[in-house]
Amino acid sequence: MKELRAMLGALSASLVLLGGAGHSLRAQARNITVKGSDTLVILGQRWAEVYMSKNPGSAIQVTGGGSGTGIAALINGTCDIAESSRPMKEAEKAQVKQKRGKEVVEVPVALDGLAVYVNDKNPVSELTIEQIRKIYTGAIKNWKDVGGRDERIILYSRENNSGTYVYFKEHVLENADYYPTAQTLPGTAAVINAVARDPRSIGYGGIAYGKGIKPLRVKKDADSPAIEPSMENVVTGAYPISRFLYWYLAGQPTGGLKKLVDWVMSKEGQAVVENVGYYPLPENVTAKYAGASAKEPKAKSRKSGGM
Amino acid sequence: MGDIAITVKSLSLTRQRSARHVKEWVIDRFIYLNAWLAIAFIALIFIFVAREAIPLFYEPAAKAEVGWGRLFLAQNYGTAEAPLPYVWQPISTEPKYSLMPLLLGTLKVTIVAMMLAVPLAVGAAVYTAEFAPGWVREVIKPAVEMLAGFPSVVLGFFALIVLASWLQDAFELDFRLNALNAGLALGLAVIPIIYTVCEDALGSVPRKLREASMALGATRAETTLRIVLPAALPGIFAGVVLGFGRAIGETMIVLMASGNAAITSWNFSESVRTLAATIAAELAEVVFGSPHYRVLFFIGTVLFLFTLGINSLGAWMIGRWRRKLTGGA
Repeated sequence: MKELRAMLGALSASLVLLGGAGHSLRAQARNITVKGSDTLVILGQRWAEVYMSKNPGSAIQVTGGGSGTGIAALINGTCDIAESSRPMKEAEKAQVKQKRGKEVVEVPVALDGLAVYVNDKNPVSELTIEQIRKIYTGAIKNWKDVGGRDERIILYSRENNSGTYVYFKEHVLENADYYPTAQTLPGTAAVINAVARDPRSIGYGGIAYGKGIKPLRVKKDADSPAIEPSMENVVTGAYPISRFLYWYLAGQPTGGLKKLVDWVMSKEGQAVVENVGYYPLPENVTAKYAGASAKEPKAKSRKSGGM
Repeated sequence: MGDIAITVKSLSLTRQRSARHVKEWVIDRFIYLNAWLAIAFIALIFIFVAREAIPLFYEPAAKAEVGWGRLFLAQNYGTAEAPLPYVWQPISTEPKYSLMPLLLGTLKVTIVAMMLAVPLAVGAAVYTAEFAPGWVREVIKPAVEMLAGFPSVVLGFFALIVLASWLQDAFELDFRLNALNAGLALGLAVIPIIYTVCEDALGSVPRKLREASMALGATRAETTLRIVLPAALPGIFAGVVLGFGRAIGETMIVLMASGNAAITSWNFSESVRTLAATIAAELAEVVFGSPHYRVLFFIGTVLFLFTLGINSLGAWMIGRWRRKLTGGA
């Protein structure tokens, strides 16, 4: 009898799933699926663990695959929350609207800093944003032009499917193209590994310290002080290459989904960010979210301002 | 009485025969269907890939951004002092989709791989088939064939971490990851394919040919070089062609070991980006239905036609050789 009821339950659930109503049912009553950025996946999983331990009965499933993968899943309706390390493009937002009939809601959930690293044998230890741009666009090809040895500069970049690649291109290269000789590698770890093996190389990625590499101090312009990429400097905004990491939802969250997003934006959720090694949001961002969230459910999609 | 018994017996015999006939027919059809199913799947895959690519040439958005000229001809990217005629930069304010650096990169890596693999694999096959004592053959053959089962990601990792450093130290190369590095690792993946086919081809040369040659006073080396090798040439060629196809389509090794910079140059010590690696690196991220998405599927179509063309060419040449060998002799 019990089995029969379970079978009937499963059957009716799958029937509902077949119908259009299935998705919202799964999103609210069943598990929440989070998908996207590899930069964010560890943080997402940690959030899920802590949240589930505090809210028995909730189920959150977090997978990576890249920012674009998550956004594609949001468009196709196969995930509830897309994690992204780059802002969503207008074309993508339009696709969500067209396919799912809902406005995209953007929530900045954490801060991340990008470091530029060189081999630790390289005498150069600080560069201006402009110098970094010239190096990556091919205007500067030799280390001696930025105070280093007379050696060719070997460029390492991320694969163009990464949010990091896009962010660096927009904010450091000012949308100019990477020079064609830039070698693209999958993941920050691969870039660090490559830079550690080549004294003439330069690379960029999440702020990390590894054997054989040296994160550069970065100057906003020639007259500004050189700023160390540290947590303090990222959170205060003194370090010039930092970005928001986002969660994207289709339509204003309700029920369990809203509860989760609210929790992530709370002091507790932001404490998890710090434990994992990312940077918590500045207080004005969380306060803005809290204000809008209280007024819900009719608020417009939040813009994170600047970045 | 007797008549009836005979009739009954023959009846049951025909029934048995017809049952067996049905069974045979079913099995026959099943196998026939399987054969066609394999072809149908390949055809369907090709149709799907091509169908995603073709709107590239009539969709207004794609037409504005891509077009045949931008895919294959020199463009005015870069500045007057530093012109960049062929650029692959799909993520850009002005996306650039030149396939030339990718085609050139694929060709460079494949050339290196074949230059390593063909002499080594054919040499090893000749040695094991013609000269090696039985026990050596029993060791070498399975060892080389085992290399075929080696996951390509492991070969790629080896090239990325170990081989690249050796090469850079030995030749003082600018790029640690380059066409040479990726090509050599790719060669390792191609060797077992060429070896296996060549070994079989040499083994299938009739003993009579060797015996006749020896009887006429030829040495073992002369027999191998003048008699066995020419006779096995179609098979050896088939092996080389199959290896070439594998080299063009191989993804993981080049993705890891080549540096993936889309540079247009014939310098083998520079980083390269291949067609297959480009699809692997970019398809997961691309916006569905965008020009970039269409271009990646177009690359898939090009790769498919490439390998199809090469294999057909191989088959055609093998047929010609065989006719020459049998008909002419």
